Amino acid sequence: MLILTCPNCGLTADETELSPGGEAHLKRFGPGSEDIDFEGYLFHRANPKGVHFERWRHAYGCGKWFLAARDTATLEVYGTYPAQTTEPPAEIIARITARHPDWSPT
Amino acid sequence: MSTRLATGGRLVNRGAQIEFSFNGKRLQGFLGDTLASALLANGQVLVGRSFKYHRPRGIVASGPEEPNALVNLGEAGRFEPNQRATTTELFAGLSARSQNHWPSLEFDIGALNSYAARVLPAGFYYKTFIHPRPFWKHVFEPIIRHSAGLGAAPKDRDADRYEHFYVHVDVLIVGGGVAGLQAALKAGAEGKRVLLIEQTAAWGGRAPVDGGDIDGTMAEDWVNATLQTLGNMSNVTLRPRCMGAGVYDHGYVLAYEHVSDHTPGTDAPRHRLWRIRAGHVVTATGAIERPLSFAGNDVPGVMLAAAVRDYVVNFGVSPGDRTVVVTNNDDAYRTAIILHQAGLSVPCIVDARPQADGELAMQAKALGIRVATGTGIAAVRGGKRVTGVALCRQAGEGATTEEIACDVVAMSGGWSPVVHLWSHCGGKLVWDEARACFRPDPDRPPRGADGEAFVSVTGAANGDFALGEILPDARVEEPSEMPLLPVWMMPQGAGIAKRAKMWLDFQNDVKVSDVQLAAREGYESVEHTKRYTTLGMATDQGKLSNINGLAVLSHALNAPIPQVGTTTFRPPYTPISMGAIAGEARGDIFQPVRRTPIHDWHEDNGAAFEPVGQWRRPYCFPRGQESQAEAVAREITATRNSLGLLDASTLGKILVKGPDAGRFMDMLYTNMMSSLKPGRCRYGLMCNENGFLMDDGVVARLDEDMFLVHTTTGGADHIHAHMEDWLQCEWWDWQVFTANVTEQWAQVAVVGPNARKVLQKLGGDLDLSAEALPFMGWAEGRIGDFDARVFRISFSGELSFEVAVPASRGRAFWEALHEAGAEFGATAYGTEALHVMRAEKGFIMIGDETDGTVIPQDLGLDWAISRKKEDYLGKRAQARAHMTDPARWKLVGLQTLDGSVLPDGSYALAPGHNANGQRNTQGRVTSTYHSPTLGYGIAMGLVLNGPERMGEVLSFNTVGDATVEARIVSPVFYDPEGEKQNV
Repeated sequence: MLILTCPNCGLTADETELSPGGEAHLKRFGPGSEDIDFEGYLFHRANPKGVHFERWRHAYGCGKWFLAARDTATLEVYGTYPAQTTEPPAEIIARITARHPDWSPT
Repeated sequence: MSTRLATGGRLVNRGAQIEFSFNGKRLQGFLGDTLASALLANGQVLVGRSFKYHRPRGIVASGPEEPNALVNLGEAGRFEPNQRATTTELFAGLSARSQNHWPSLEFDIGALNSYAARVLPAGFYYKTFIHPRPFWKHVFEPIIRHSAGLGAAPKDRDADRYEHFYVHVDVLIVGGGVAGLQAALKAGAEGKRVLLIEQTAAWGGRAPVDGGDIDGTMAEDWVNATLQTLGNMSNVTLRPRCMGAGVYDHGYVLAYEHVSDHTPGTDAPRHRLWRIRAGHVVTATGAIERPLSFAGNDVPGVMLAAAVRDYVVNFGVSPGDRTVVVTNNDDAYRTAIILHQAGLSVPCIVDARPQADGELAMQAKALGIRVATGTGIAAVRGGKRVTGVALCRQAGEGATTEEIACDVVAMSGGWSPVVHLWSHCGGKLVWDEARACFRPDPDRPPRGADGEAFVSVTGAANGDFALGEILPDARVEEPSEMPLLPVWMMPQGAGIAKRAKMWLDFQNDVKVSDVQLAAREGYESVEHTKRYTTLGMATDQGKLSNINGLAVLSHALNAPIPQVGTTTFRPPYTPISMGAIAGEARGDIFQPVRRTPIHDWHEDNGAAFEPVGQWRRPYCFPRGQESQAEAVAREITATRNSLGLLDASTLGKILVKGPDAGRFMDMLYTNMMSSLKPGRCRYGLMCNENGFLMDDGVVARLDEDMFLVHTTTGGADHIHAHMEDWLQCEWWDWQVFTANVTEQWAQVAVVGPNARKVLQKLGGDLDLSAEALPFMGWAEGRIGDFDARVFRISFSGELSFEVAVPASRGRAFWEALHEAGAEFGATAYGTEALHVMRAEKGFIMIGDETDGTVIPQDLGLDWAISRKKEDYLGKRAQARAHMTDPARWKLVGLQTLDGSVLPDGSYALAPGHNANGQRNTQGRVTSTYHSPTLGYGIAMGLVLNGPERMGEVLSFNTVGDATVEARIVSPVFYDPEGEKQNV
């Protein structure tokens, strides 16, 4: 059972307080978009063994969504950050590359 | 015969004799006995039968690794199968029965399987029960079902209670042996919050039996002194009878405490599940002795060497008079020495190693015990009890060199560290060639959130078997030990006849020959071999058999052991009770029930409830001897003819407020909501990004920047979450707040031709006339003494007012309506009447007409989909090719020709059959009811090209062969012009 820190209320929360929301930083494609783009947005998800960016909601706490950078294999947490962003903050990237020098955001 | 010795037994209280029963026989034991030691004390060596061949089985071990001594324990509400006798503490009145035999333990018909063993090899079931195909269902499966399972299933409700316990600690130490106590001492002295748990009732692990001196005192005295020191530390908690069951992500650990198993019937819970969050976990879980693979190693009386001396030292029980010790290491010599000191006979120590000149071997020899080196066991004599062994050269093929009479064989193939907890959360293992064991790899530990190891290992669990290795800073005196010789088969050149009698898994009857057969048949992966042979799949999960089986497999594959690898270690370490998993969550508090402010009235008035989400809603209110169907019909008739009242408080109510509320509402709903005028209501549809309909309901615009969203009863929470998701994660710059106010309001639907009259009779300051409050309008004011919001909306087709009052006033308002409505025959109605009336009107219901694959266009709801809006959630998906396919099934009404009610979920049949030989279909029933208003069965369904096929008759299937004919009609059966609701 994971522990994540909610960046909104600052609480260190057990996984039972949280609800998962899948991959983070998806770009929404709406009416008028190409089939291939829309398909990617709706259905295609990364499933890496390693660094992953995820959406979580502090469902039984402050109720706010936040994002987490996490290693799916070692369970290391590189950090959590507010959901109101389109890409991971620099300090999170720095923490990941410190651990995985050959990793790069795709 | 096994028996109680005249003296000794450090764990039993000889002054406290207690009575118990085994297979109905009354026996005596002492307080402090385990069931296993008490059975041995009573000469009961045969305790069960194996799973496949029904071979006689005796006690092998003295701890949780025991594969054989499993019993049906207790009676009625305290009955539980597959309880290990070796870990069951004896209590007065304990009643146990042996398992897996018929008609009796001594004489078992199933033992005939044993004679057929040659034709029942590994994979027998897979190979045999395939053909002929029909035999599976009618012949094989019934036979297998009859013989499956060891113990009997409990039949009664569990009489005990269970609880969960939550705790946070800095350091959790699992295992109360010397290594665990030392770890607790260190962490305790550093001021950390420490929890030390031990699965047995006694502390000290193996040290009190195996001896050695620590800092000038005997190991047992050191243990007691350390316990006292720890007991005086306020930051250290000690728990015996508490097993570390599983280690999970980020330091989460489950532990399983036997609180009152040994004192049944007391007030205490039976088991307690500890849910521990530990900053660091130390596993000091010790090691488990390995059996040796020689022919006949499963005969009752063949035991683990350490278990033999445990019974002597801990319980004062002799497993037999004459014990042959067979070993590949020095440790087993302790057993011979202890037996000799207890006055028992050890005719020979059979050591597979070419030399035996370690300190323990010299001690044994000095006591006059014969040591035969380079020697193995060729065969064990005896059936239900060992009568002797035949010796052979370990290097040879097993020609008998000598026969020795004995009644116990004490075997030791070395020790395997208990690495389960280390492995549960991703810790990896290395193969230690010198010690012939897997042990934790310190470079690949389970990692926590910070990326650092959160589990460490100490003591025998780490492969450090000697006290001196565990306590490097202490002055330890113990005999030094010579290296062991890995022996995976005895003798090393044994032929097939012997290999087919060398048991690896005693419970599941897996032998050396089975694993070798699996390898020959191409099972190279250890995980596949496990499932093919059932090696390690018994209730002990391979605690005894896995390493021996792996070694045999690796030899058969000619690959090194670490390359073959281990199977996956999964929690729990030993089985835990279902009761402990459930904890307090049973009966009434299994799941909290949500109650509306009017719920008590429903209970008082005989409501038949149905679950709707976590709510309980009245299905109907039967009166007297009335059936539920009769009650529903009466409620509908009363409502359509005069006045019905529905508790609609469970409907979801969500406020959406802010300057961008209209814009947000337009994205949520398929239709235009921003154009709604304050004071007005509009029905709307909500889709997900897949385009599928997820919820519907009426929206009221409260003022320029505030909307009140009504959702379905089950939808309130997830629709609110859906709104927040989009607001927080996609449109975070939009100025909108949402609030789920479902429970702030009690809501009553006042329905029927007399609805207006009863509200007007209550008085107040609201003008409820058709002119002042037209259909799809809402108003706020007072009705009688009640602050109220009145929505003129209808889900029944009748004149209808949904009135919301503050939750605290709900019950009073409901009763006031009944009192004022008495003259109109005011009738409370339930969810079934609600459903029938909405179906009569052709209104869809989320969850009936929708199932997550239905789009609004399928339901003829195109009128509620805005063509003007550039975007809404689901719009892009609804433009996908499959969504615009004209062949999608569409909503129609269905009316049976004979007036009957169509079966729910029934399919409309189409000509021909599909590839699986099933009838082709062209539609399905989504809602079906008897309409008391119309006097016949009505239904809605989705049908291929349905709206264009009005009047056509389709055949619908039933559970049997019969079909039901129904005509395609408009889904609006009742008052198609809507005259009744708009008055």
